[in-house]
Amino acid sequence: MSALLETRGLTRHFALGRGQTVHAVDDVSLAIDDREVVGLVGESGSGKSTFGRTLVGLLEKTAGEVYFAGEQLPAKYRPADFQRYASRLQMIFQDPYSSLNPRMTVGEIIGEGLKLAPGQKSAQIRDEVGDWLVRVGLERNHASRYPHEFSGGQRQRVGIARALIVRPRFVVCDEPISALDVSVQAQIVRLLGELKSSLGLTMLFIAHDLSMVRYVSDRMAVMYLGSLVEIGPSDEVYSRPLHPYTQILIGSNPQPDPRTERRRTAAAIKGEIASPINVGVGCRFASRCPKVMDVCRSVTPALQTVEQQSARRVACHLYPASPRA
Amino acid sequence: MNARVDAAAKPVLDVADLHVEFATHGGIVKAVRGASFAVAAGKTLAIVGESGCGKSVTVQSVMGLIPMPPGRITRGTALFAGVDILRRKIVDGDDVRGNRIGMIFQDPMSSLNPTMRVGEQLAETLRAHRGYSRSRALARAVELLALVHIPEPERRARQYPFSFSGGMLQRAMIAMAIACEPDILIADEPTTALDVTTQAQILDLLQELQRKNGMAIVLITHDLGVVARMADDVAVMYAGEIVEQASAEDLFYRCAHPYTLGLRAAMPSRSTSRTEGLRPIEGAPPDLFSPPVGCGYYARCPHAMRLCEAHRPPVFAVEAAHGARCWLHDPAAPRSVPEIQRGAGA
Repeated sequence: MSALLETRGLTRHFALGRGQTVHAVDDVSLAIDDREVVGLVGESGSGKSTFGRTLVGLLEKTAGEVYFAGEQLPAKYRPADFQRYASRLQMIFQDPYSSLNPRMTVGEIIGEGLKLAPGQKSAQIRDEVGDWLVRVGLERNHASRYPHEFSGGQRQRVGIARALIVRPRFVVCDEPISALDVSVQAQIVRLLGELKSSLGLTMLFIAHDLSMVRYVSDRMAVMYLGSLVEIGPSDEVYSRPLHPYTQILIGSNPQPDPRTERRRTAAAIKGEIASPINVGVGCRFASRCPKVMDVCRSVTPALQTVEQQSARRVACHLYPASPRA
Repeated sequence: MNARVDAAAKPVLDVADLHVEFATHGGIVKAVRGASFAVAAGKTLAIVGESGCGKSVTVQSVMGLIPMPPGRITRGTALFAGVDILRRKIVDGDDVRGNRIGMIFQDPMSSLNPTMRVGEQLAETLRAHRGYSRSRALARAVELLALVHIPEPERRARQYPFSFSGGMLQRAMIAMAIACEPDILIADEPTTALDVTTQAQILDLLQELQRKNGMAIVLITHDLGVVARMADDVAVMYAGEIVEQASAEDLFYRCAHPYTLGLRAAMPSRSTSRTEGLRPIEGAPPDLFSPPVGCGYYARCPHAMRLCEAHRPPVFAVEAAHGARCWLHDPAAPRSVPEIQRGAGA
C-alpha cells in the first residue's frame, strides 16, 4: 500500500434531537497516495467540508477509521493528540477573513504552530516566519501587520504559510480560492502547486468549482449528500463524467465562450440538494436524477470499479461493475 | 418586433462620464474615474471586473445607493427616459428607483429583513410604489413567487427568510425586484454566492423573465462564463475605468485590451488542457487613493510601453461599437501584439 492517508467507512452524523440525524458524511472510504492531490467536489451541503474537518480531527468521527502513514488516528482528538498530529496534518481554510485572528499580527499567526515544538527560540521562529512570508509571495516586514491590512488573496497566502510552516505531509485545502477574484484564484492555485512539488505534499483539495479543481488535482472525487458518487483521474472525470450528477455539475458551469453557451440546450437541473436528515435507502441522487430507474429508489448503489484500466469508480446503477481481471 | 428594434436604437439607460469618489481617513478614493455605458430594452449588458474595480459603485450610484457623504458623484450623467437621475433626491415611493429600475444583490440573506415574512416584504414594495391595498399586495406577492418558480408560493409567502435556501432567497429577491415590472433590472453578482447548479437555474430564470417582459439587464459579475452565457454587450472595468467595451462576440473572439486577455488566460475553460495551465495576472490593482496618471493597467501589463506610464490612453475605436483604452491601438504604436492589434495596420 502506498496510500499516505486512508479513510475506511468514515462517517460523521449530527444528532438534531427528536430522533433526527444529519448524515453529513456516510461511509466514505478513500485512499490518497503519497504526494497525490485529490480534488473533492460537490454542492454546498454535500458534506465535503465536514469530511475534510473530520479527517484532520477537527470533528469527532461517528464511525469508521482514518489511517495516516499506516497509523490509526484517534476517533476523538484530545489536546495532546492535536499537538502530536498538527505537525503532520494541516488545514487551509476557505475564508481568509474569518480564519485569521484579527488581534494577532501576521507574524504571530504564522509562527504560532512552531511554538508547539519544545525548545524553539523566538529569534529562530521570527526568521522562519520571515522566510515563509517571502516564500508565499509576501514581504518579511509584513510580519508586524494585522490581517485587516491585507487583501483577500494576501490573507490566503498568510493562511497557507500558517499551515505549511510546521512542515505537514498532508494538507486539507477547504475551498481555498472560492472567496477570491478570478485573477487571484489563479495566483493561489499556482502557489499551491509550486509548494506541493517543492515540499512533496499530499493534498485533499475541496472545491465547488470543478474547472479549477482539474488544474490542481490528480484525481477528482465527487460527493453528493455525504457519499462519494464518482472518483477517477481528473481529466477523465472532467472530460467524460459517468455519474449523472457529475455530468450535471460539469454541464452547469458556464464556459467563457459565447458560441458554446448559445448552443447550450440542456436546461438547468430542477430542484435543490435533498435533505441530509434521516437519509433512507436507494440512490441519494434519485430525486433529482434525469436518468432515474425503479431500482435506484430501492437499492443503494455501491461505489465500484467500472473501468479497470483507468481505475474509475462510480456509484450508479447505470454502470455494471467491470469483471475482475 | 418593431418596438424592439426601436428600443435597441434608443437606450433605456445611458450613463456618461461617471466619476465617483469617497472621502476616507486615508484620503480620497477615486472609485470610478469616468464610466460610460448604455443598455437597450431587452438586452443584457455585463459589467466585468475584479473586486475594487468600481463596478458595484457604478451601479450603486445609478441607484442612488451611495451614502453621501462620504461618497460624492463629481461628474457625469445617468439618463433614464431622458431624465438625469444621478443627482435626484431619493424619496419614498420614488417613481424610478425600485420601481422602474429594480436591483438584486449578491447576498440575498443580508438583503432581506430576517424578522419579516417573505410575502410581507414583497407586498411592502407594491404598497410603497403602487399604492396597493394590503390584501391586494399580498395576493400579488404570491403570484410573483410563483412567477420565479418557488414551489408552494402561498406557504412560502408566510415563511421567514431563514426557512429559504440560498437559491430560493435569490428567487425571492428577483421577485421583489421585478414586482413593479421595471424597465431595467440591475443584478450585482446575483449568482456568486450560489452553487453552479443553482446558478444555472437563476440565470435561466433571468433570461425567461427578460423574454417575457423585455426588460434590460445590467449584470455585474467577475465570472466570464456567466458573461458568455448571458451578455449581449460587455464592459470590462479596471481601476475605476471601463477599459474595453464590445459585443460579447467581439470581446471573446477579438478582444482588444491586454487586461481582458489576461482575465481570460487566468480562467480555466473546458477547451484548455490541464498541462497548458493557468496564467495568473501578476501583481494587484493600483491604489485608488492616488490612481496612476497614465494607464491604470500599466504596472501589470505585459505589453506596457513607456508612453503608457504617464499618458492616460483615450478610447480607441477598434471596430464599430468596440472600444478599448489602450495605446496599442494608436496608429503610431509598434505592431508587436497581434492577438490585440487586429484590423487596420496589423
